[in-house]
Amino acid sequence: MSAPLTASAGTAAIAPGARPVTGFWRRALRHRSFVLGAVLSLFVLGAALLSLVWTPWSAYDIDVASKLHPPSAAHWLGTDVLGRDIVSLLLVGARSTIMVGVIAVGIGLSFGVGLGLIAAARKGWTEELIMRMSDFTFAFPAVLSAIMLAAVAGPGMVTSITAIGIFQIPTFVRVTRGSANAIWAREFVLAARAAGKGSFRITIEHVLPNILSILIVQATIQFALAILAEAALSYLGLGTQPPQPSWGRMLNDAQTLLFQSPMLAVYPGAAIAIAVLGLNLLGDGLRDLLDPRLARER
Amino acid sequence: MSDAPLIEVKNLGVRLNTSRGPAQAVRGVSFALRRGETLGLVGESGCGKSVTALALMGLLPDSAVISGSVRLDGAELVGLPDAAYCMLRGNRISMIFQEPMTALNPMHTIGHQVAEPLLRHTGVSAAQARQEAIALLDRVGLPDAAKRVDAYPHQFSGGQRQRITIAMALACQPDVLIADEPTTALDVTIQGQILDLIAGLVAERGMSMILISHDLGVIAENVERMMVMYGGTVVESGATDAVFTRMGHPYTQGLFRARPRLGARKGTRLKTIAGTVPELADLPAGCTFADRCTIAEARCRAALPAVVDVGAAHGVRCIRTDVSMTTGGAGA
Repeated sequence: MSAPLTASAGTAAIAPGARPVTGFWRRALRHRSFVLGAVLSLFVLGAALLSLVWTPWSAYDIDVASKLHPPSAAHWLGTDVLGRDIVSLLLVGARSTIMVGVIAVGIGLSFGVGLGLIAAARKGWTEELIMRMSDFTFAFPAVLSAIMLAAVAGPGMVTSITAIGIFQIPTFVRVTRGSANAIWAREFVLAARAAGKGSFRITIEHVLPNILSILIVQATIQFALAILAEAALSYLGLGTQPPQPSWGRMLNDAQTLLFQSPMLAVYPGAAIAIAVLGLNLLGDGLRDLLDPRLARER
Repeated sequence: MSDAPLIEVKNLGVRLNTSRGPAQAVRGVSFALRRGETLGLVGESGCGKSVTALALMGLLPDSAVISGSVRLDGAELVGLPDAAYCMLRGNRISMIFQEPMTALNPMHTIGHQVAEPLLRHTGVSAAQARQEAIALLDRVGLPDAAKRVDAYPHQFSGGQRQRITIAMALACQPDVLIADEPTTALDVTIQGQILDLIAGLVAERGMSMILISHDLGVIAENVERMMVMYGGTVVESGATDAVFTRMGHPYTQGLFRARPRLGARKGTRLKTIAGTVPELADLPAGCTFADRCTIAEARCRAALPAVVDVGAAHGVRCIRTDVSMTTGGAGA
């Protein structure tokens, strides 16, 4: 039944191997938003890594005598209300920002996408159950679940990350299930079933690659939301605990001094904007680069 | 060639749950195909052709209720668990779909997609599967197969994509090939090529084929036997020549008259069959065609007519064949 056809000799020269990797990077380097996004993201990542080995001042030393200094040669961006060096705070704050963003989105992405794919593949009561559970989770604001978690586990970064992560799951479940359902209705999925594939393989090989671009874009949006949620939680004393600096807390600290030193809010705000913008551009670029249909135009 | 049928369908029925309630999409379909035989299914949209095909493939939604029996080489397929069905699909029984533009996954290379069933069903290595995919693509007439095996579906034309889906369907050398309107979405010049290709492959590999089409010309040239379906039932079946020359059922006759003819005088109006296809959720008790038939009588509406033999293995589901076959004057 399965006696293979004999392949013609001429085809033997072509090595078995997938797409040319060099082509991907060549296209990537020509993709403007991908390059810009990568540069900005690496800039933030670099700042976080740099803070591990060097900061101009200590981010933890309080020097009230030199509080709210304007930018100078000693303090490039000035000092905050407790006399801490802004540059140092931003560098160290990048660490918590990246950590919160990556881990919280990681939690949301892995659980949310997994559940969403299961819901789309299984249908019936499994789908119902997953969707109603995610509605249930969605009904609790992140702040509320963070307060509940903090009551159990005590406030801190882990608590806030977990709360934000859990809060992100239903968003991913919905996006995944909705777009996966659309893929399941496509004819190539029927063709794949006709070729004898089970729902697991179809999910991995057909559904996931086709909704990846949507998920990437959603993940970058969620990353931005996670940073902002962390800021809100820190403001409530549930997130990053002082003296550990975070961009969100800097932003919230600056809020009370908005009329005296408005720049204090601009710096962390700009830092968040750079991180979010970088990731969004990177996500956009990745989406284009991973889609073979868009490959040629760029 | 052995006499035992390769695929035997007995009294197949499919009930689908639609938004308008349960619909008996297929009723009492029976046929048997021996190895190497070809069968055509004709009928207009919504007559149950594709549902029959999907039922054979076990690809209907879980909510569909399938009755009757489908036997492949003597083994019953109705009620087979999905995992076991997965072992058959793409391996022993394969399907080509109507829409080549959407039947390929845009995210994977064509080589990957053609090699997939081989990796799934046979124990070949990835390298072997790739070689095999190139050979298959070459066989279905894709130019420069060895170079283009790593290209993506969007880089091919409709006709080429249909060749690729054929290569996918044939990868594991199935015993039965179901072609569901394989040329409907292609332009006419390509249609002929694709049908020739399928016919050639069917003969070459001794497959049985079920060809579904609404195009009588396609059926006439490509299958030995045919079944005309209407409202979920087979209204006429027999050898293609016999059905084409004798046309027992008023619906078959109507179909023939509705066909555009080359060389007809300009401005000649096509004959249409009055009325519309009945709702499957709301089928009449008697003959499904009665409401559109010009020779229908009260007894036609009483009960579903039995199949009448009008020739050697030529059956017509009509109780008025005496009228329809003498005057040829039903329908329009």
